[in-house]
Amino acid sequence: MALLPQRFAPEQCEAVTREVLAAHRGQPGALLPILHDIQDRLGAVPPELLPLIAEDLCLSRAEVHGVVSFYHDFRATPPGRQVLKLCQAEACQSMGVKALTAELESKLGLPLGETREDGSLSFEPVYCLGNCACAPSVMLNGELHGRVDAEEVLALLAEQGAQA
Amino acid sequence: MSEPIKIFVPRDATALSLGADKVAKAIVAEAAARGIEVQLVRNGSRGLFWLEPLVEVATPAGRVAYGPVKARDVAGLFDAGFHEGKAHALGHGLTEEIEYLKRQERLTFARVGITDPLSLEDYIAHDGYRGLKRALGMTPEAIVAEVTESGLRGRGGAAFPTGIKWRTVLGCQAEQKYIVCNADEGDSGTFSDRMVMEDDPYVLIEGMTIAGLAVGATRGYIYLRSEYPHAEAVLLETIARATAAGYLGDDVLGSGKAFHLELRRGAGAYICGEETALLESIEGKRGTVRPKPPLPAIEGLFGKPTVINNVISLASVPIILDKGGAYYKDYGMGRSLGTLPIQLTGNIARGGLIEKAFGITLRELLYEYGGGSVSGRPIRAVQVGGPLGAYLPESQFDTPLDYEAFAALGAVLGHGGIVVFDDTVDMADMARYAMEFCAVESCGKCTPCRIGSTRGEELLSQIIVARSEGPQPGRIELLKSLCDTMLGASLCALGGMTPYPVMSAINHFPEDFGVSQDSAEAR
Repeated sequence: MALLPQRFAPEQCEAVTREVLAAHRGQPGALLPILHDIQDRLGAVPPELLPLIAEDLCLSRAEVHGVVSFYHDFRATPPGRQVLKLCQAEACQSMGVKALTAELESKLGLPLGETREDGSLSFEPVYCLGNCACAPSVMLNGELHGRVDAEEVLALLAEQGAQA
Repeated sequence: MSEPIKIFVPRDATALSLGADKVAKAIVAEAAARGIEVQLVRNGSRGLFWLEPLVEVATPAGRVAYGPVKARDVAGLFDAGFHEGKAHALGHGLTEEIEYLKRQERLTFARVGITDPLSLEDYIAHDGYRGLKRALGMTPEAIVAEVTESGLRGRGGAAFPTGIKWRTVLGCQAEQKYIVCNADEGDSGTFSDRMVMEDDPYVLIEGMTIAGLAVGATRGYIYLRSEYPHAEAVLLETIARATAAGYLGDDVLGSGKAFHLELRRGAGAYICGEETALLESIEGKRGTVRPKPPLPAIEGLFGKPTVINNVISLASVPIILDKGGAYYKDYGMGRSLGTLPIQLTGNIARGGLIEKAFGITLRELLYEYGGGSVSGRPIRAVQVGGPLGAYLPESQFDTPLDYEAFAALGAVLGHGGIVVFDDTVDMADMARYAMEFCAVESCGKCTPCRIGSTRGEELLSQIIVARSEGPQPGRIELLKSLCDTMLGASLCALGGMTPYPVMSAINHFPEDFGVSQDSAEAR
């Protein structure tokens, strides 16, 4: 999976949004697919785009904001260049993910749920990646890895970072 | 010239997460270097996850298994002649003869791990689309009657009879009806939906098409959680292939009947696994729960009659139509008929997918299949049925997997997920986590769930801090009262079932809450 670019010019965001809106015209219940497409292309759904989306779908801006803010996936700013998601759900807990979380927070110098200031890495919690028989699991830049420990995660980060 | 040797390397997400792609590349490279002609097939996973990546080689005697294979093992495997099915330290003999697999009863998962998931030809060669072909010659009433006869109950968790749901939709008059597949498999400890979608996707497509014929629905939606990117890619590809081959579209197999299928990606909200919240989400709204009635069968997606079923329920339909409801019904016990894909996960030596008729006990699963904990420590608790399921102690391990037997214990089977914990688990912390999860994922529509979960997390945190000082009857009583309110007054199962893990933890493991076992029994 390609690493996400950090920032786009406002006019580019608007152009992408107009393209996406046109592509979904007439689709019933199009709001989630539209938000996904925008985020897939821009790395985020910038709040300044909400009026444009609302107008196109004949919704109020409040309604669109309500949807964007309801779902965990949608974000107002792009994530770090690398995104590390660490599963926190029960199966991973049974295999010690709490200790692993603390170890990674310390070794990465980054608390779970935050992005480094230089934009190099986001470290996010996720609740179940469907790899529960091989816990603990992480998803790094969209790729799933099972039965990991801290050393392995750090090695994967270094490997992926070198490729970027 | 001889035929190339067929070598199978799974493309299932779990196999990939353990390095299957690297193994596949190494096999191709090594074979080329040795001048051995191989045909690499990327099959699904057999679900023997402790052996993944499980490489299989086709031999005249059948497929021979090797695993877990790492890329660095490949040269040694060729040296030992694994491409001719010869012995190696990683060898397990004929795949079908591996006890874990041999003792299963695979109906819904009959093809999983065997075929190339993307290949429509492979699907058809392994009895695929026989159910649809038979259904095309039947009346809608007869199709619904066959599903009713099978005894199939919703495999998503609520266990409502599928045939009755379908009959309700069939009986509605409407210019448009819908089939919705709930593929928002968010429970920790579950992956059977994911496996069907990644490893045998046409069976789901076929099941949904049959459902459309049965109730008169011409449009279907698969609502897939965003955490499953591999499943999304496979479904998009196979929907396109099925459409191109005439199995989907305006004229299904020349029958004059239409069925169109669209994939919708969720956006990271656990509550969207609740059927009415899921419908709201497809409609482009916040995924909040709708009060029932009206039932989705009568007023569902976009206000129209809608069949909404889980992946496994729909994927069980093709074999029911192919072999008949009576064939399917013969598996199982009591009112739990057919088979359940069980997912054995967490702290377990041999985790994986086990499809068995209802009635197998937890103990058989944990020890005969699972081989005990992977840590080697005693198993102390297992959570069955996802984050809203009860924690069962060792004294309940002889319970058979049966909806009614579990209900009698105040537990649920849910989606068949089993998460195993060894004796290092802190059950008060697990109870606190259940409340925390509910607080994070609550849709906020009803007060018992929205406020109750936050208050519950707060109370449990206080109990955990103070437990070393001895029992805290006041806080425990308050927590029980709070659970009672959530159980009785929440709008849906998220708030209504979060008390299951919490109360079962307190009742079975009181010592973790600062309450002695004696005083717990005296209550």
